[in-house]
Amino acid sequence: MTSGVVLVTGLALILIGMWGLLTHRNILRIVIAFSLMGTGTHIMIVATGYVTNGTAPIIDRALTLSEAPARAVDPIPSALVVTAIVIGLAVTAVMLAYAIRLYQSKKTLSIDSFTESKW
Amino acid sequence: MMRKISAVLVVVFFGLVFSSLAINFTERQSLRPLAESYVKLVPQDLGAPNVITGILLTYRGFDTLGEVAALFMAAAAVGLLLGTSDKGRGGSPAELSERPKPSSEIVQSGAQILVPLISIFAAYIIMNGHRSAGGGFQGGAVIASSVLLLVLASPRYRVDLDFFSMTESAAGVIFVLVGIAGLIFAGGFLDSRVLPIGQFGAFISAGAIPILSVLLGVKVGCELSVIVDRFRA
Repeated sequence: MTSGVVLVTGLALILIGMWGLLTHRNILRIVIAFSLMGTGTHIMIVATGYVTNGTAPIIDRALTLSEAPARAVDPIPSALVVTAIVIGLAVTAVMLAYAIRLYQSKKTLSIDSFTESKW
Repeated sequence: MMRKISAVLVVVFFGLVFSSLAINFTERQSLRPLAESYVKLVPQDLGAPNVITGILLTYRGFDTLGEVAALFMAAAAVGLLLGTSDKGRGGSPAELSERPKPSSEIVQSGAQILVPLISIFAAYIIMNGHRSAGGGFQGGAVIASSVLLLVLASPRYRVDLDFFSMTESAAGVIFVLVGIAGLIFAGGFLDSRVLPIGQFGAFISAGAIPILSVLLGVKVGCELSVIVDRFRA
Protein backbone atom coordinates (compact mmCIF):
# COMPACT_ATOMS: atom_id res chain seq x y z
CA MET A 1 0.00 0.00 0.00
CA THR A 2 2.62 2.51 1.10
CA SER A 3 4.87 1.74 -1.82
CA GLY A 4 1.87 1.97 -4.18
CA VAL A 5 1.34 5.60 -3.17
CA VAL A 6 5.05 6.32 -3.66
CA LEU A 7 5.02 4.55 -7.02
CA VAL A 8 2.04 6.59 -8.26
CA THR A 9 3.76 9.79 -7.06
CA GLY A 10 6.89 8.89 -9.01
CA LEU A 11 4.90 8.07 -12.15
CA ALA A 12 2.95 11.33 -11.82
CA LEU A 13 6.23 13.26 -11.55
CA ILE A 14 7.48 11.57 -14.72
CA LEU A 15 4.28 12.59 -16.54
CA ILE A 16 4.53 16.18 -15.27
CA GLY A 17 8.14 16.31 -16.42
CA MET A 18 7.19 14.91 -19.81
CA TRP A 19 4.43 17.50 -20.18
CA GLY A 20 6.85 20.29 -19.27
CA LEU A 21 9.44 18.92 -21.70
CA LEU A 22 6.96 18.95 -24.60
CA THR A 23 5.14 22.24 -23.98
CA HIS A 24 7.70 24.71 -22.65
CA ARG A 25 9.93 26.62 -25.05
CA ASN A 26 12.39 28.05 -22.52
CA ILE A 27 15.54 25.93 -22.22
CA LEU A 28 15.79 26.41 -18.45
CA ARG A 29 12.23 25.14 -18.01
CA ILE A 30 13.08 22.14 -20.19
CA VAL A 31 16.07 21.40 -17.95
CA ILE A 32 13.79 21.61 -14.88
CA ALA A 33 11.30 19.27 -16.54
CA PHE A 34 14.12 16.85 -17.29
CA SER A 35 15.24 16.84 -13.64
CA LEU A 36 11.62 16.30 -12.59
CA MET A 37 11.43 13.24 -14.83
CA GLY A 38 14.67 11.94 -13.35
CA THR A 39 13.43 12.45 -9.80
CA GLY A 40 10.18 10.65 -10.63
CA THR A 41 12.17 7.71 -11.98
CA HIS A 42 14.28 7.56 -8.81
CA ILE A 43 11.17 7.58 -6.61
CA MET A 44 9.61 4.86 -8.72
CA ILE A 45 12.68 2.61 -8.58
CA VAL A 46 12.94 2.99 -4.80
CA ALA A 47 9.22 2.20 -4.44
CA THR A 48 9.62 -1.10 -6.28
CA GLY A 49 12.20 -2.18 -3.72
CA TYR A 50 9.92 -1.79 -0.73
CA VAL A 51 8.92 -4.91 1.20
CA THR A 52 5.86 -4.80 3.46
CA ASN A 53 6.84 -3.63 6.95
CA GLY A 54 10.47 -3.47 5.83
CA THR A 55 13.14 -1.19 7.20
CA ALA A 56 16.49 0.14 5.97
CA PRO A 57 18.97 -2.70 5.33
CA ILE A 58 21.46 -1.60 7.99
CA ILE A 59 22.32 -4.18 10.63
CA ASP A 60 22.32 -2.63 14.12
CA ARG A 61 20.42 -2.86 17.40
CA ALA A 62 17.08 -2.28 15.66
CA LEU A 63 17.66 -4.96 13.02
CA THR A 64 19.60 -8.01 14.06
CA LEU A 65 21.46 -10.20 11.63
CA SER A 66 19.06 -13.13 11.96
CA GLU A 67 15.87 -11.18 11.27
CA ALA A 68 17.39 -9.02 8.51
CA PRO A 69 16.28 -11.20 5.53
CA ALA A 70 12.68 -11.03 6.78
CA ARG A 71 12.47 -7.34 7.67
CA ALA A 72 14.90 -5.45 5.40
CA VAL A 73 13.83 -3.75 2.18
CA ASP A 74 15.47 -4.64 -1.12
CA PRO A 75 18.91 -2.94 -1.07
CA ILE A 76 19.54 -3.14 -4.82
CA PRO A 77 17.17 -0.33 -5.98
CA SER A 78 18.52 1.92 -3.22
CA ALA A 79 22.10 1.24 -4.30
CA LEU A 80 21.22 2.00 -7.92
CA VAL A 81 19.39 5.21 -7.06
CA VAL A 82 22.23 6.53 -4.86
CA THR A 83 24.50 6.57 -7.87
CA ALA A 84 21.74 7.73 -10.21
CA ILE A 85 21.10 10.85 -8.10
CA VAL A 86 24.73 11.95 -8.31
CA ILE A 87 24.90 11.19 -12.03
CA GLY A 88 21.63 13.10 -12.46
CA LEU A 89 23.24 16.12 -10.85
CA ALA A 90 26.17 15.89 -13.23
CA VAL A 91 23.87 15.54 -16.25
CA THR A 92 21.88 18.59 -15.10
CA ALA A 93 25.15 20.49 -14.82
CA VAL A 94 26.05 19.58 -18.41
CA MET A 95 22.58 20.65 -19.61
CA LEU A 96 22.91 23.99 -17.82
CA ALA A 97 26.38 24.49 -19.29
CA TYR A 98 24.87 23.95 -22.75
CA ALA A 99 22.13 26.43 -21.88
CA ILE A 100 24.77 29.02 -20.97
CA ARG A 101 26.60 28.47 -24.25
CA LEU A 102 23.38 28.66 -26.26
CA TYR A 103 22.47 31.90 -24.50
CA GLN A 104 25.89 33.32 -25.29
CA SER A 105 25.48 32.52 -28.99
CA LYS A 106 21.92 33.89 -29.52
CA LYS A 107 21.24 36.00 -26.39
CA THR A 108 17.98 34.15 -25.89
CA LEU A 109 16.91 30.98 -24.12
CA SER A 110 13.90 30.24 -26.31
CA ILE A 111 14.37 26.96 -28.11
CA ASP A 112 12.45 28.32 -31.11
CA SER A 113 15.40 30.51 -32.12
CA PHE A 114 17.76 27.55 -32.47
CA THR A 115 16.71 26.32 -35.88
CA GLU A 116 20.05 25.18 -37.36
CA SER A 117 19.55 21.51 -36.59
CA LYS A 118 15.80 21.51 -37.16
CA TRP A 119 14.45 19.34 -39.94
CA MET B 1 -2.06 24.30 -31.33
CA MET B 2 -0.99 21.22 -33.23
CA ARG B 3 2.03 20.94 -30.96
CA LYS B 4 -0.11 21.12 -27.84
CA ILE B 5 -2.46 18.40 -29.07
CA SER B 6 0.41 16.06 -29.86
CA ALA B 7 1.92 16.78 -26.44
CA VAL B 8 -1.40 15.90 -24.80
CA LEU B 9 -1.54 12.70 -26.85
CA VAL B 10 1.98 11.66 -25.85
CA VAL B 11 1.36 12.37 -22.16
CA VAL B 12 -2.00 10.56 -22.20
CA PHE B 13 -0.40 7.57 -23.95
CA PHE B 14 2.39 7.37 -21.38
CA GLY B 15 -0.21 7.88 -18.64
CA LEU B 16 -2.09 4.82 -19.89
CA VAL B 17 1.10 2.75 -19.92
CA PHE B 18 2.00 3.96 -16.43
CA SER B 19 -1.49 3.38 -15.06
CA SER B 20 -1.41 -0.26 -16.14
CA LEU B 21 1.98 -0.42 -14.42
CA ALA B 22 0.55 1.08 -11.23
CA ILE B 23 -2.60 -1.07 -11.23
CA ASN B 24 -0.67 -4.31 -11.67
CA PHE B 25 1.87 -3.35 -9.02
CA THR B 26 1.79 -5.49 -5.92
CA GLU B 27 3.96 -4.76 -2.95
CA ARG B 28 6.50 -7.45 -2.25
CA GLN B 29 5.98 -9.52 0.88
CA SER B 30 9.52 -10.92 0.95
CA LEU B 31 12.86 -10.20 -0.64
CA ARG B 32 13.88 -11.44 -4.06
CA PRO B 33 16.46 -14.25 -3.88
CA LEU B 34 19.29 -11.98 -5.06
CA ALA B 35 18.41 -9.28 -2.52
CA GLU B 36 18.12 -11.87 0.21
CA SER B 37 21.57 -13.25 -0.52
CA TYR B 38 22.98 -9.69 -0.50
CA VAL B 39 21.34 -8.94 2.87
CA LYS B 40 22.84 -12.15 4.28
CA LEU B 41 26.23 -12.02 2.58
CA VAL B 42 27.25 -8.38 3.13
CA PRO B 43 27.26 -8.55 6.96
CA GLN B 44 28.67 -12.08 7.10
CA ASP B 45 31.20 -12.08 4.29
CA LEU B 46 32.27 -8.45 4.17
CA GLY B 47 31.56 -7.45 7.77
CA ALA B 48 29.73 -4.26 6.77
CA PRO B 49 26.47 -3.48 8.65
CA ASN B 50 25.27 -1.22 5.83
CA VAL B 51 24.21 -3.59 3.08
CA ILE B 52 23.92 -0.86 0.45
CA THR B 53 27.52 0.29 0.92
CA GLY B 54 28.67 -3.31 0.68
CA ILE B 55 26.84 -3.74 -2.63
CA LEU B 56 28.08 -0.41 -3.99
CA LEU B 57 31.73 -0.83 -3.11
CA THR B 58 32.32 -4.57 -3.41
CA TYR B 59 29.74 -6.62 -5.30
CA ARG B 60 28.97 -3.79 -7.71
CA GLY B 61 32.25 -1.95 -7.23
CA PHE B 62 33.00 -2.14 -10.93
CA ASP B 63 29.70 -0.39 -11.68
CA THR B 64 30.59 2.29 -9.15
CA LEU B 65 33.90 2.81 -10.93
CA GLY B 66 31.93 3.28 -14.14
CA GLU B 67 29.59 5.76 -12.48
CA VAL B 68 32.54 7.78 -11.24
CA ALA B 69 33.96 7.73 -14.77
CA ALA B 70 30.63 9.08 -16.05
CA LEU B 71 30.80 11.81 -13.41
CA PHE B 72 34.34 12.65 -14.50
CA MET B 73 33.15 12.84 -18.09
CA ALA B 74 30.37 15.24 -17.06
CA ALA B 75 32.91 17.42 -15.22
CA ALA B 76 35.14 17.40 -18.30
CA ALA B 77 32.19 18.31 -20.54
CA VAL B 78 31.21 21.22 -18.31
CA GLY B 79 34.83 22.36 -18.31
CA LEU B 80 34.95 22.14 -22.10
CA LEU B 81 31.73 24.10 -22.50
CA LEU B 82 32.35 26.81 -19.93
CA GLY B 83 36.11 26.79 -19.50
CA THR B 84 37.09 28.64 -22.67
CA SER B 85 34.98 31.70 -21.88
CA ASP B 86 36.96 31.86 -18.64
CA LYS B 87 40.17 32.77 -20.46
CA GLY B 88 41.16 36.38 -20.63
CA ARG B 89 38.91 37.22 -17.70
CA GLY B 90 40.22 40.09 -15.63
CA GLY B 91 42.37 41.12 -18.55
CA SER B 92 40.45 43.95 -20.18
CA PRO B 93 39.60 47.02 -18.08
CA ALA B 94 35.90 46.73 -18.98
CA GLU B 95 35.73 43.32 -17.40
CA LEU B 96 37.72 44.39 -14.36
CA SER B 97 35.14 47.05 -13.55
CA GLU B 98 32.32 44.52 -13.47
CA ARG B 99 33.88 42.34 -10.84
CA PRO B 100 31.26 40.34 -8.94
CA LYS B 101 29.78 42.25 -6.03
CA PRO B 102 30.83 40.99 -2.60
CA SER B 103 28.12 39.06 -0.82
CA SER B 104 26.33 40.41 2.23
CA GLU B 105 27.62 40.32 5.79
CA ILE B 106 25.11 37.62 6.78
CA VAL B 107 26.17 35.24 4.00
CA GLN B 108 29.88 35.80 4.74
CA SER B 109 29.56 35.22 8.49
CA GLY B 110 27.25 32.29 7.92
CA ALA B 111 29.75 30.71 5.55
CA GLN B 112 32.59 31.19 8.05
CA ILE B 113 30.62 29.27 10.66
CA LEU B 114 29.02 26.69 8.40
CA VAL B 115 31.81 25.66 6.01
CA PRO B 116 33.92 23.91 8.70
CA LEU B 117 30.82 22.27 10.16
CA ILE B 118 29.67 21.05 6.74
CA SER B 119 33.16 19.69 6.03
CA ILE B 120 33.20 17.78 9.33
CA PHE B 121 29.73 16.46 8.60
CA ALA B 122 30.90 15.32 5.16
CA ALA B 123 33.87 13.50 6.73
CA TYR B 124 31.48 11.86 9.21
CA ILE B 125 29.14 10.70 6.44
CA ILE B 126 32.01 9.30 4.37
CA MET B 127 33.73 7.53 7.27
CA ASN B 128 30.52 5.94 8.58
CA GLY B 129 29.39 4.63 5.21
CA HIS B 130 30.04 1.01 6.20
CA ARG B 131 28.31 1.18 9.61
CA SER B 132 25.29 3.41 9.14
CA ALA B 133 23.52 5.48 6.52
CA GLY B 134 26.09 7.31 4.43
CA GLY B 135 28.90 6.65 2.02
CA GLY B 136 31.21 8.18 -0.53
CA PHE B 137 28.63 9.53 -2.98
CA GLN B 138 26.58 11.29 -0.31
CA GLY B 139 29.59 12.70 1.52
CA GLY B 140 31.12 13.91 -1.74
CA ALA B 141 27.92 15.81 -2.55
CA VAL B 142 28.06 17.42 0.92
CA ILE B 143 31.69 18.50 0.29
CA ALA B 144 30.58 20.11 -2.98
CA SER B 145 27.80 21.95 -1.14
CA SER B 146 30.37 23.49 1.23
CA VAL B 147 32.43 24.61 -1.78
CA LEU B 148 29.27 26.10 -3.28
CA LEU B 149 28.64 28.05 -0.08
CA LEU B 150 32.25 29.28 -0.12
CA VAL B 151 31.91 30.44 -3.74
CA LEU B 152 28.63 32.21 -2.95
CA ALA B 153 30.03 33.92 0.14
CA SER B 154 33.26 35.17 -1.40
CA PRO B 155 32.97 35.51 -5.19
CA ARG B 156 36.68 36.34 -5.41
CA TYR B 157 37.64 32.99 -3.92
CA ARG B 158 39.23 30.90 -6.64
CA VAL B 159 38.94 27.16 -6.40
CA ASP B 160 42.39 25.72 -6.99
CA LEU B 161 41.53 23.64 -10.05
CA ASP B 162 44.98 22.08 -10.33
CA PHE B 163 44.84 20.87 -6.73
CA PHE B 164 41.34 19.48 -7.22
CA SER B 165 42.19 17.63 -10.41
CA MET B 166 45.41 16.24 -8.90
CA THR B 167 43.56 15.00 -5.80
CA GLU B 168 40.78 13.56 -7.91
CA SER B 169 43.16 11.70 -10.22
CA ALA B 170 45.16 10.37 -7.27
CA ALA B 171 41.97 9.12 -5.60
CA GLY B 172 40.92 7.44 -8.84
CA VAL B 173 44.31 5.76 -9.30
CA ILE B 174 44.35 4.47 -5.70
CA PHE B 175 40.76 3.23 -6.11
CA VAL B 176 41.82 1.14 -9.11
CA LEU B 177 44.98 -0.03 -7.28
CA VAL B 178 42.87 -1.26 -4.34
CA GLY B 179 40.69 -3.02 -6.88
CA ILE B 180 43.71 -4.71 -8.45
CA ALA B 181 44.94 -5.69 -4.96
CA GLY B 182 41.58 -7.45 -4.57
CA LEU B 183 42.27 -9.25 -7.82
CA ILE B 184 45.63 -10.52 -6.51
CA PHE B 185 45.04 -11.12 -2.79
CA ALA B 186 41.30 -11.86 -2.61
CA GLY B 187 38.38 -13.08 -4.71
CA GLY B 188 38.35 -10.57 -7.55
CA PHE B 189 38.47 -6.98 -8.73
CA LEU B 190 37.50 -4.55 -5.93
CA ASP B 191 37.07 -7.38 -3.42
CA SER B 192 37.21 -5.57 -0.07
CA ARG B 193 38.55 -8.57 1.82
CA VAL B 194 42.18 -7.69 1.08
CA LEU B 195 42.27 -6.22 4.60
CA PRO B 196 41.12 -8.01 7.77
CA ILE B 197 37.39 -7.73 8.35
CA GLY B 198 37.78 -6.88 12.03
CA GLN B 199 35.05 -6.55 14.62
CA PHE B 200 31.54 -6.24 13.20
CA GLY B 201 30.28 -2.65 13.45
CA ALA B 202 33.59 -1.16 14.63
CA PHE B 203 34.90 2.08 13.14
CA ILE B 204 37.83 0.33 11.47
CA SER B 205 36.31 -2.83 10.07
CA ALA B 206 34.84 -4.33 6.91
CA GLY B 207 38.18 -4.70 5.13
CA ALA B 208 38.88 -2.14 2.41
CA ILE B 209 35.35 -0.68 2.34
CA PRO B 210 36.19 2.40 4.50
CA ILE B 211 39.24 3.13 2.29
CA LEU B 212 37.21 2.77 -0.90
CA SER B 213 34.51 4.94 0.67
CA VAL B 214 37.01 7.72 1.45
CA LEU B 215 38.50 7.56 -2.05
CA LEU B 216 35.04 7.67 -3.61
CA GLY B 217 34.06 10.60 -1.39
CA VAL B 218 37.20 12.57 -2.29
CA LYS B 219 36.72 11.83 -5.98
CA VAL B 220 33.03 12.75 -6.08
CA GLY B 221 33.63 15.81 -3.91
CA CYS B 222 36.42 17.10 -6.17
CA GLU B 223 34.45 16.47 -9.37
CA LEU B 224 31.29 18.18 -8.11
CA SER B 225 33.34 21.08 -6.68
CA VAL B 226 34.98 21.64 -10.05
CA ILE B 227 31.53 21.56 -11.71
CA VAL B 228 30.23 24.09 -9.17
CA ASP B 229 33.23 26.35 -9.77
CA ARG B 230 32.73 26.28 -13.54
CA PHE B 231 29.31 27.91 -13.14
CA ARG B 232 30.77 31.02 -11.54
CA ALA B 233 29.47 34.06 -13.36
